[in-house]
Order: sequence, then structure tokens, then C-alpha cells
Amino acid sequence: MAIDYRRAGWYFLLGDFFLGFKVGFKYFFKPKPTLNYPHEKGQLSPRFRGEHALRRYPNGEERCIACKLCEAICPAQAITIDAEPREDGSRRTTRYDIDMTKCIYCGFCQEACPVDAIVEGPNFEFATETREELFYNKEKLLENGERWEAEIARNLELDAPYR
Amino acid sequence: MADFFSTGLGIFVIILAQSLLMAIYLLLTAYFILYADRKIWAAVQIRRGPNVVGVFGLLQSAADMLKLVLKEIIVPAGADRTVFFLAPLLAFSLPMAAWAVIPFNETWLLADLNVAILYVLAISSLEVYGVIMGGWASNSKYPFLGSLRSAAQMISYEVSIGFIVIGVVISTGSLNFGQIVAAQDGGYGLFSWYWLPHFPMVFLFFISGLAETNRPPFDLPEAESELVAGYQVEYSSTPFLLFMAGEYIAMFLICALTTLLFFGGWLSPIPGLPDGALWMVGKMLFLFFLFAMVKAITPRYRYDQLMRLGWKVFLPMSLAWVVLVSFFAHFELFGGAYARWAVGG
Repeated sequence: MAIDYRRAGWYFLLGDFFLGFKVGFKYFFKPKPTLNYPHEKGQLSPRFRGEHALRRYPNGEERCIACKLCEAICPAQAITIDAEPREDGSRRTTRYDIDMTKCIYCGFCQEACPVDAIVEGPNFEFATETREELFYNKEKLLENGERWEAEIARNLELDAPYR
Repeated sequence: MADFFSTGLGIFVIILAQSLLMAIYLLLTAYFILYADRKIWAAVQIRRGPNVVGVFGLLQSAADMLKLVLKEIIVPAGADRTVFFLAPLLAFSLPMAAWAVIPFNETWLLADLNVAILYVLAISSLEVYGVIMGGWASNSKYPFLGSLRSAAQMISYEVSIGFIVIGVVISTGSLNFGQIVAAQDGGYGLFSWYWLPHFPMVFLFFISGLAETNRPPFDLPEAESELVAGYQVEYSSTPFLLFMAGEYIAMFLICALTTLLFFGGWLSPIPGLPDGALWMVGKMLFLFFLFAMVKAITPRYRYDQLMRLGWKVFLPMSLAWVVLVSFFAHFELFGGAYARWAVGG
């Protein structure tokens, strides 16, 4: 078997090593694309599916009419709803729980909702120290709605032409 | 006061102070090269690296150290407790001990041994014990297999390191670092250092150094992603920190050895500029930069490739080089570049 001297020479002169060094050195001085995450944040699409929120109408009335479409469509069965007629006779939920540990953030609840009550907002930083804190109830979801209403409304408006 | 320092106790105090100074220097170096290592690695991968803790992330190593110290020490059931804790101590104190004979200039050194190189080689051979004891004492399969793997690797490459050192020693005629560096002071600055006459061996020494200190591309002893961290699997908290710090100090020791043997120690690269400890430190840091770059650009060697490289390429090459150098030195060929006797001839 003949010896491939070119290859042997390349091997003994550490050819690949020096080429690699050159490439590494080139990238050494390149500007770094890393975001300084907690201080700097990336752009989010209006369609971003983050933490859930229950919205209200501008007059303060809650949007949810307890049709349970979201509960029905939820593939992870993370949503639990109980409903009763309120004193004024309108149909409202008495219980609206989302188990955030089950949720897969598919966005089907938002798409199923006929009144845009349940939405997935732009917030993705809602880590907690205990599991129990991630079992959201109606109160927590409505509070989220109040907190993120501006962003949610803007995102819905921006996304509306594509729906 | 001057009288005190010439008494036995006074000399002891001076030596203690000097050793403490060296230890502080080494720990500070380990602190900053750990940070530099991560920064360089990050830069090559177009990342930013640690930059949150302190200015430019300079306190990151301190934060990591604090984190490790505050963690719980876990001793596996059935582990041999004495050996389990002795291993990290060895792995940390042996590389520190080797620095006793490393000079920073003609006078800045702890112990001016005539057999300094032998001492360093002996100490670095003992470093294997830290690894193998750590693996064995954990009483667990993976650390044990990992430690065997690392021991084989470290011993294999020590052989070729030994032969490369012999080449340098032959052309100097001394085992003392001061005399080896003095032999490289030839009036041509950079070009009278041993890297030129011993050109191929510089690379061999550098690569063997990588393997000896378990650095990538030869980091099989750890190989966190594939081989579950080798002998360190069962270690946590401070013992792990000791392994880590020892590793970086050993790495810097290899940088120091390369500097002293091939890059003229504290000699200035340009004739005319004053020599000094700053050159020594600068050269060591530059070599460490190369260590870090190699980590960033090379993929890991497979184990059989590692062994093949050690025994079938490095060993014959360094052995042949020893014979060649002896020949060159005996007949004083190449203008006596290989026969710069410090003593005898």
C-alpha cells in the first residue's frame, strides 16, 4: 500500500489544527449576538403564546360566557370550568382553573373562544418556586388580564388581519 | 531585626512567607485563568461569556467558588471516606507543590534545586494518584472506569514528556531551570531560545501537556457530555472545587514548563529590552491563551486515537529526537546550538 505523503505531511504539520485556529481566531473578534437576557429582551411576535389571561370588556364586565369551548378543545385537559346563572340572569363562570403545569401552550383555547375572553399574553416569565402557584384560578387569570390588557389588545389588533 | 532573619526561626519565617506569597499568586492566577478560559471559549463560539457578576463578570469565579463551598458534601454509601477526601487534597496540593521550583527570574524562586526538572516530573507523575484514588474511593462503577481511563492517559503522555525534557537537558547539561534558561540567552533574543533547535518538540510538548492536564481535545477523563465526568462523578462541593483548582494550577504549570524549557523563561524576546519576571508571566499567559483556544477549536479525541497518538506517534518521535539531539550535541553540529553546556561538556 502506497503512503499518501500529502496527507501524512498535512497530518504531521498539524494542518487541520492551524486551519481551525485561524477560523477560531476569526470568530474570536466577531460581534457577539448574545442578548444580555434579563436586561435585554428579544422581539416577540404578536402571536406569541405565553401566560394566560382572562379579559374584561371596557365597561368592566368579564368577557367569559362559560361556553366551555376552551375546556372542550384543550388537548392537555388543563382547563376546568364550572358555571351558574348570576343574579342578573347572565351565564358566568363560578370557577375557571388552568393547570399551567399541564398546559402545552398550543393556543387552541384562544382560538376557540368566541368572545376573546381567554388569551395567551406576551408574558413568559412566570416561573414560581412551588408547583401549587402554577394552578391558576379565575381570580389570578382576571388579574393577569388587567395587568397585560394593553399589550394583549395591541397584539390582537396586530394579528387580526391574518385571522 | 536583620539578626532575627539569619537565625533558624527567621529563615523559617521567610520561607513560610515566600511560600504563602507563591500560593496566593497561584490561587489568584487560577481564579483569573478560569475566568479567561471561559471568556475565550465564549468568544470563539460568538458568545459573551460570564459578564453579569461584577465588572465584565470578573467576580464570576468568586461566585462559583462560593456556590461550590456552600453546597452539601455528598459521600456515597460504601465509599472509603479517608481516601475519598484525600484524593482531592492530593489533586490540589501536588500541582501547588511543583511550583516550589519554578523560577520567575534568576532570584525569584522558592527552592533552587539542582534536579528541579526531575522534581517537577516526579510530582506530576504523582498527580495520577489524585485521579485514581478519587475514582476508586467513590465505590461506584463509572468513577472507577473513568479513573482508570485517565490514569492510562496521564501515564502514557508522561513518557513522551519525559523524553522531550531529556532532549532539552542533553543540550543544556543541567537539570536546573536557572541554567536551562541561561543556556537560551544567546544574543539573538527570540531566535536563540530552544524552540528553534527543538522545533518539532515544542508542539509535541504542548500537545502532551494538553493530554497530561486532561484538557480538550484530550479531556476524556471528564468528558461531561458523553462519559459522565469520569473520576469526578461522585464529587461535589469543596472536594470538587479542589479538583478543579488543581487542574487549572497543573495547566499553568505546563505553561510554565513550556516557557522555561523552550521559550527562554524570563529572557526578553527582543535583544536590548531588559529581562524580567514580567516576560515569564506574559509568556505563560500567552501559552494559556493557546490552551484555551485549543479547547475552543478542537473536537474530542476518541480513546483509541488518544492512545495511538501517545504510543505510536509521540513516543517514537521523541525517542528518535533524543538520539538525534545526543548526536548533534556530541559532535557540536549546527554551530553548537545543541551543545550549550551549562556545566561540564
